[in-house]
Amino acid sequence: MSDTEGRDGPDPEAPPPDGPSFAGRGALPEVPAPPSAAPAGAPPPPDGAVFALIRQGRAQDCRPHPRHLLDPGRWRAMAEALAAAPEVALLALWAEPGVVHACFLAEDQGRVIIASCPAAEGRYPALSPARPGAVRFERMVRDLWGLVAEGAVDLRPWLDHGRWPLVGPLAASPAANAAPAVPQPEFLTVEGEGVHQIPVGPVHAGIIEPGHFRFHVQGETVVRLEARLGYLHKGSIGLMLGKPAAVAARFAGRLSGDSTVAHAWAFAMAVEAALAVVPPPRALALRAVMAELERLHNHLNDWGFVCNDAAFAWLHARAGVLREGVLRAAALAFGHRLMMDRVIPGGVAEDPRPGGDAAIRAALAVVAAELPQLTAVYESHASLQDRVVGTGVVGAGLVARFAAGGYVGRASGRAFDARAVPGYAPYADVAVPVLAAGDVDARVRIRMAEIGESLRLVDALLDALPEGPLSVPLPQPAGEGRLVEGRLVEGLGLVEGFRGECLHWVAIDAGGLLRGVFPRDPSWLQWPLLEAAVEGNIVADFPLCNKSFNCSYSGVDL
Amino acid sequence: MQPLRRLLWPRLGRSLFSPPLSDPAPAVPDAVVQALVERLEEAAQARLGRSLSIRQVDAGSCNGCELEINALGNVLYDLERFGLRFVASPRHADVLLVTGPLTRNMRQALERTAACTPEPKWVVAAGDCAVDGGIFQGSYAVEGGIGAALPVDLLIPGCPPTPTQLLEGLLALLAAQAPKAAARR
Repeated sequence: MSDTEGRDGPDPEAPPPDGPSFAGRGALPEVPAPPSAAPAGAPPPPDGAVFALIRQGRAQDCRPHPRHLLDPGRWRAMAEALAAAPEVALLALWAEPGVVHACFLAEDQGRVIIASCPAAEGRYPALSPARPGAVRFERMVRDLWGLVAEGAVDLRPWLDHGRWPLVGPLAASPAANAAPAVPQPEFLTVEGEGVHQIPVGPVHAGIIEPGHFRFHVQGETVVRLEARLGYLHKGSIGLMLGKPAAVAARFAGRLSGDSTVAHAWAFAMAVEAALAVVPPPRALALRAVMAELERLHNHLNDWGFVCNDAAFAWLHARAGVLREGVLRAAALAFGHRLMMDRVIPGGVAEDPRPGGDAAIRAALAVVAAELPQLTAVYESHASLQDRVVGTGVVGAGLVARFAAGGYVGRASGRAFDARAVPGYAPYADVAVPVLAAGDVDARVRIRMAEIGESLRLVDALLDALPEGPLSVPLPQPAGEGRLVEGRLVEGLGLVEGFRGECLHWVAIDAGGLLRGVFPRDPSWLQWPLLEAAVEGNIVADFPLCNKSFNCSYSGVDL
Repeated sequence: MQPLRRLLWPRLGRSLFSPPLSDPAPAVPDAVVQALVERLEEAAQARLGRSLSIRQVDAGSCNGCELEINALGNVLYDLERFGLRFVASPRHADVLLVTGPLTRNMRQALERTAACTPEPKWVVAAGDCAVDGGIFQGSYAVEGGIGAALPVDLLIPGCPPTPTQLLEGLLALLAAQAPKAAARR
């Protein structure tokens, strides 16, 4: 069996999964991860080597997290320093014409920073040798902006299937696509006796998004899975550029429909940071109510679907009823079942409608009342437990190397939750459940615990809903606030969606129009781990593994 | 043994070579056959015709439409009570329920799925994007609505359409395909 060095494969250094020691995991995790912020009064701890290197670059006007422009030499030094700094997580890598940006998180300090590098002659030093999570970003950057990562682990196309009229559609001057035919995709190979391939998709058997999965199978066992995505590429970034923030927000809310609130909020947060406006407390509280409702309906949905994929239909049916209750309450309160376009830059679009508060509380009371019974059924049925426990294990080492967020990270020991660190209003005390097992069961249990926490948060938020306005006006173009002629202002937003942290970066010109934007769905750093989780499992367990991840296709296809 | 053999052979020989005793079948009047066929078809339409198998295809959606289409299967909407069900293969489908602005990267997959679906089939474009490309119109990566690749029979707008709106559209298809059954009721 051949393998490619450094590819998104399993981590050879990762500790072995905890084997069969799954006994005693009946209790839901309740230990909140302590926010790693420094105690008040104490001097902030010094930067690590990578952050110190980045801060040597010229500071740019980005809020609330700084951006520094490095020369290629310093960027290369940073890339090398990354190899020796496992505590620095790569959150995102993206580009603008002629320049690449990378966003990092110092996991031990909760600090976020952006490093940029001019791509002279369309080239920049690759980060993928040090950070496997960079692989797909680098492939995407080449497809969209035509910038090549020198020394990259993998330079096959990703989003570009050869079917667009343009090559490098977001580059300063895109070229026409002159290729005579659509190229065949290349897949990583597997050699060995009796290995055969199973191609699946892009159109799948269920009602899910399109993507191609190439399985290499030996007997019933998956030797390698490789996903080929990009089928849903709609050119969202290109459509957002040049539009006012309020218009572009509609695209942020449709990056991944199941996370519409979280993405719209992260986008709004970036815009507000760039323009230095602070949304009113009532707007923040209502955003959090909607975000927690979104978390609830998705967690209930996926919990049910995982059970359904294990042929346990009853839990699926009950979870479906509870979820529908949450959606109907959301429709009553906010006028839209998925709460699309309710979060706008500057605040929220409207107040809860009359009866909305009561509808939400009633729906959540039903969930709270039934949750213990559903949990007991989930835990006590051997046929179900047999399918989920020990299936699709992702080791802690891999999760850390990819900086996977959300329940994928938290089920494998990575406690990151953007609501806690770096944290944002109105969240003050969020309990973050963490498990170590990293299997389908652990990911489900993280979600079960988060359902309980979201119920508590919504109740508390509604109890203390501040009075006051729903939004603040954004500064008018040409002169007002930070909108000054000849200057770009930038902002970064980080919001914990149900899947993990949604990260949005924007650059706004004096006319109030977007000049740069990158929406990063958490799935970017989770998809590669699905390939690791499935390895060694039987083909029939793939749907179960896939649903326990439930990565977004549209979110990463942009 | 000897007497038995004497009895057996002549009888066997007679039955083998003599014509059957049954009268020839009477000629069937075509009019009667035609009337029976019509009655059978009508009965089958009334009892079995209120059923459609649906193959859903996401041709570029943000997955909002998929959430609502999935919700059709929960016990509150309970799609299957209407004889509507989702099938895993286009070869088993009467209806292609297509969402999303049609991305260039999905066009071929959609066309192949449609080619696999036996005639007669309905094509339903669900969601604002599927209707005309929605907010994604004009992108280099998007061809427009589903109509850019397939002849569309029914549009269900909405961003996303609610399960109730989707159900209304699908029930309309049922009514359309069973006009006789509907008229008699």
